[in-house]
Amino acid sequence: MGRSNIWLWSLAALIYAFLYIPLAIVVLYSFNDSRLNAEWVGFTLFWYKALFNNTEMLTAARNSLIIALSASFSATLLGTMAGLAIHRYKLKVLPVLVFTPVAMPEILLGVSLLLFFLQVLNLTLGMVSIIIAHTTFCIGFVAIIVRARLEGMDENIFEAARDLGASPWQTFRLVTLPLIMPAVVAGALMSFTLSIDDFVITFFTKGVGEPILPIQIYTMIKVAVTPEVNAISTLLMLLTLIMITIAARLEARASARTMSPDKAGK
Amino acid sequence: MALLEIRNVTRRFSNYTAVDNVSISVKAGEFFTLLGPSGCGKTTLLRMIAGFDLPDSGQILLDGNDMVGTPPEKRPVHTVFQTYALFPHMTVADNIAFPLKMAGKATQEIKTRVGEALESVRLPSFGNRFPHELSGGQKQRVAFARGLVNRPRLLLLDEPLGALDAKLREEMQIELINLQKELGVTFVFVTHAQDEALALSHRIAVMNHGIVEQIDEPSRIYSFPRNRFVADFIGKISMMSAQVVEAAPSHLKLDVKELGEVTAVGKAGVKTGDTGVMAIRPEQVRISHLSDEPRLKNHFPGKVHDFLYVGDVTTYIVELSNGAYIEALLPNSAPGRAKFFEVGDQVGVSWRHDAGIFLND
Repeated sequence: MGRSNIWLWSLAALIYAFLYIPLAIVVLYSFNDSRLNAEWVGFTLFWYKALFNNTEMLTAARNSLIIALSASFSATLLGTMAGLAIHRYKLKVLPVLVFTPVAMPEILLGVSLLLFFLQVLNLTLGMVSIIIAHTTFCIGFVAIIVRARLEGMDENIFEAARDLGASPWQTFRLVTLPLIMPAVVAGALMSFTLSIDDFVITFFTKGVGEPILPIQIYTMIKVAVTPEVNAISTLLMLLTLIMITIAARLEARASARTMSPDKAGK
Repeated sequence: MALLEIRNVTRRFSNYTAVDNVSISVKAGEFFTLLGPSGCGKTTLLRMIAGFDLPDSGQILLDGNDMVGTPPEKRPVHTVFQTYALFPHMTVADNIAFPLKMAGKATQEIKTRVGEALESVRLPSFGNRFPHELSGGQKQRVAFARGLVNRPRLLLLDEPLGALDAKLREEMQIELINLQKELGVTFVFVTHAQDEALALSHRIAVMNHGIVEQIDEPSRIYSFPRNRFVADFIGKISMMSAQVVEAAPSHLKLDVKELGEVTAVGKAGVKTGDTGVMAIRPEQVRISHLSDEPRLKNHFPGKVHDFLYVGDVTTYIVELSNGAYIEALLPNSAPGRAKFFEVGDQVGVSWRHDAGIFLND
């Protein structure tokens, strides 16, 4: 190993440490038998028990799950349709419209959605407004993933299905959908993770009544950082990690099957 | 009656005409080839037969019924694509079963016919594999099996051998001929490879810039090209500017610029005074030592300019006294003999009175 190699490895190690040590501390202290996040006293599951007895926290978790499920469902549906349309019709304007919310600063999106709901739609803020808001910024992610998958595919496959006797609907159901399914699922999981921990947009579009998880956590640490926050953060982390792993696996496996040697035929 | 009748079909795109008033009729059981350089309209024509594209004017009749307005899935026509277009998420057996399922065949019948189809392309034990586990040639065979399993009235083949290497390609050509003979399905084959077209087809339509230049049997296309494009596109040919000085019913006397009088043949209707070219295939040209007694009517001295040794034959490029080049093909049938002449050798070239073809400008 050369000198520059050692430097590179050290730098990489430093970056990963910077990223993951804070997370590790949160996980570690969620099992700490002390009210203070200062020194390690002993192992306990107390904070997890406390968490599951905290009704407000449970309501927040339930609300966030409902929002994440609804938003990822509608974003997946609309995003898949957008991805298919962008690919098939080689559209110029729609991609810009669909992908912009992905790059837009969240605060801008939050403010504009708030104004839109209140002043244009005259909507009472609540679960519905949050679901709509989350759907808006997730559509772009789904569309990008679905389109990327279609880009790598042999266009003749879809014509071959029609040619061999499948109607447009049968072609979609038997050929297109199974082929883009990994991307659709990946998009759904991605949307779910984006939605469940979103703070900024949720903050702008939430009503007064219902607690939402990320905001509930924020409110809790404003008072005092209790290990209960560590516990809920650990659970959230675990959920996100699982989702992302599944999404990545699906994409990789599907690509291995459908993309590789066929394209060499050209 | 013709199985497929293309009548005055035209297809325009925004800035050019891809298919220009084309009429072709294909008989049942025929192996028919659309041959031409890329951009000649052959693929557009094929897509219109399959139903992926519609003509701006004209008719496409199958068994006498106009197909325009019938979507691709309702046409008794299947296509084998250059990219094979196998469904990557289905096994080989499911791929082949697809058209049968779409046609609503019973499960038992599907099973039997998929088995037969695999047998016919010599892949009986490959049913459970996925396309990405197959070699190029195996994918190609599966694509044939899938296209043929539901016995279409017509099988369209869009450069299906284009992605294969030369040796495998020749093997597949032979298999394709046998498959077509065995099943009696009518083939419409698209290719830009003239050797492939000559080897496979019963008849060939040579296309260029959206029009059909000539429709004929392979041997006639090769020996009697109707114009300079066909002559040049199919096989090798040498051409020299010429003018007709005497048009007899059996032969033509041509004045080849700065060379002299050449006897040749031409199509009916060629008149004295017509200008054009004298075209001659390399294998028709004899090359001999200058000292040899000339035995053929058309005999001229020249100098070996270059030669191309390709193993079985050597092509000599001979410069004639008028500065024109003529190619002569010599088989290397004597073992160990690769070259009969060297560059710079003074030689004689000659050809039969009916070997040269006069083509009008």
